[in-house]
Amino acid sequence: MRALLLLAALGAVAAATTENFVGHQVLRIVPSSDAELQKVQELQELEHLQLDFWLSPRGLGNPVDIRVPFPSLQPVKAHLEANGVPYSIMIEDVQALVDLEQMQMLRRRRFVPLSTSTFDYTSYHTLEEIYAFMDLLVAENPNLVSKLEIGRTTENRPIYVLKFSKGGTNRPAIWIDTGIHSREWVTQASGIWFAKKIVQEQDEGLANILDQMDIFLEIVTNPDGFAFTHTSNRMWRKTRSKRSGSLCVGVDPNRNWDAGFGGSGASSNPCSETYHGPYANSEPEVKAIVDFVKSHKNIKAFISIHSYSQLLLYPYGYTTTAVPDKEELHQVAKEAVAALSSLYGTNYKYGSIITTIYQASGGTIDWTYNQGIKYSFTFELRDTGRYGFLLPASQIVPTAQETWKALEVIMAHTRGHLY
Amino acid sequence: MAELPPTHGPASRAAALATAYISHRHGSPGHGWVLRDVRRARREDSTVNCTAEVLYHLGNEKSAPDVQFTIEGELKNTDEADNAFYNRIQSLKKELEAENIPDSYGNVSPEMQPIRALAWAASGYVIWQNSTENTKYQLAQIKHVKQVKRTDEYLEFDYVILLHENVSQEIIPWQMTVLWHPQHGIEVTQNSCQAKHALD
Repeated sequence: MRALLLLAALGAVAAATTENFVGHQVLRIVPSSDAELQKVQELQELEHLQLDFWLSPRGLGNPVDIRVPFPSLQPVKAHLEANGVPYSIMIEDVQALVDLEQMQMLRRRRFVPLSTSTFDYTSYHTLEEIYAFMDLLVAENPNLVSKLEIGRTTENRPIYVLKFSKGGTNRPAIWIDTGIHSREWVTQASGIWFAKKIVQEQDEGLANILDQMDIFLEIVTNPDGFAFTHTSNRMWRKTRSKRSGSLCVGVDPNRNWDAGFGGSGASSNPCSETYHGPYANSEPEVKAIVDFVKSHKNIKAFISIHSYSQLLLYPYGYTTTAVPDKEELHQVAKEAVAALSSLYGTNYKYGSIITTIYQASGGTIDWTYNQGIKYSFTFELRDTGRYGFLLPASQIVPTAQETWKALEVIMAHTRGHLY
Repeated sequence: MAELPPTHGPASRAAALATAYISHRHGSPGHGWVLRDVRRARREDSTVNCTAEVLYHLGNEKSAPDVQFTIEGELKNTDEADNAFYNRIQSLKKELEAENIPDSYGNVSPEMQPIRALAWAASGYVIWQNSTENTKYQLAQIKHVKQVKRTDEYLEFDYVILLHENVSQEIIPWQMTVLWHPQHGIEVTQNSCQAKHALD
């Protein structure tokens, strides 16, 4: 992954200066003795070799990656071999890799859609593409859709929520968020589809809902994490906050809420995927939603969407105590899952978080439920592990379609049981 | 013995483990095993009923759980696909090497399907050996696979896979050396957990 990231920078340079890397190799040396380390450091002094250290010598056991221009290959390898320094060839031909990447980027670069009708819902998109989509949607539907900035991430990216409203003042509302865990790509992709679905609102059910309620949709709930899954680590889950005193980055945004915060079911280790953070709402991504919910005061259903496992869950995760509304939530979940399955036969299980998966503290819907938002649900979308986070793009639309059926049930029930 | 509702976490973890174990015992490049429902395990193109009993050795986490299973019905014969794969690899001029299967977008090329099926089956062994009541492992991705040429008739592949552990949510890189032969089946000769990059 790292090689490819640096290569991206390299690719850009190549385009700008028409430098080429034909025959260049990237060698990796992991010095295991002071003598070996010294020999590698010596190479840094030899300017005429034009060596490009992608990873500089840092100490014993730390890899040193060197891009070696073709003319210097023989002397460098001779130097290493003569001194008994083992090395491996990480990249046999740098130019070949650059060419391959250029080709892949061109292939993946779709034309910039000029409308949400030409947007490709059947593939995964970058953050920039999704933000552009939002603006298009608002521009095409100015009477229904508006875009709100509810905060900024650690890396200063704007956090956007789409508001779908037919009018009124502070109507009772439904909240849907996707992408709180950045590696769960089918969720952001489904969020885009939901946004388009809502503006199309051809069916009576949705029209009825929008006559009385507003819908808030946060498609990329963790923008920093999402960008990171594109540039560096496809499996990144958490936010990208940094804390002094730790080499590790990020907090699990679904353990950072003020509900059983810090209890069993979250980790106090910053390097853990379920690190709860130094205190509740430490993450700006979480705080933004908390502030929004508290100031809105009229959200009646809150649905937070994850993948994978094919589950529909209601609170609690942090305690085995059943929620007072358990019977009703269980019944709604049952109907929602039935509606979901009716489309493609996809099998979902449902129940409270703690009984259906495991104990998890500081979770989103535990907090929202405790705020009085009765209809608080979490989805885990497709699949059950065959592809897991790497769900093929061909499954985006079917997943979004069936999930929408379940959302309709929840929204209709909320509208019919306003409190 | 208390009945576990199939919708419950512990039951689904045991089912995932059983699937991994069965996958190891019956998987091959020609096909893979996927859990479809807690009461069934599913193969690529047909569903067979499978009953499994999982015994966790509580208090002795170093010992792999016992899994007993019975499969109802006939398993499809995959000799043709297995042999085709075997011959294809044997006739390669250069050792096979690949990365990121599936890729970020979930794509697996047709040539890599058997490589993935093989990893799926082999990871079943690794998962079985490392499972407890509180873990649920899935093969998330093959980060890297490299064929190691052998003088005997076996195929050997050196994999670095990513295992997703569903309770801790960790992504764990794992190295495994896999031997395979169409008639002799799969063997994981070496496997070890790799260190996570602290700076990622």
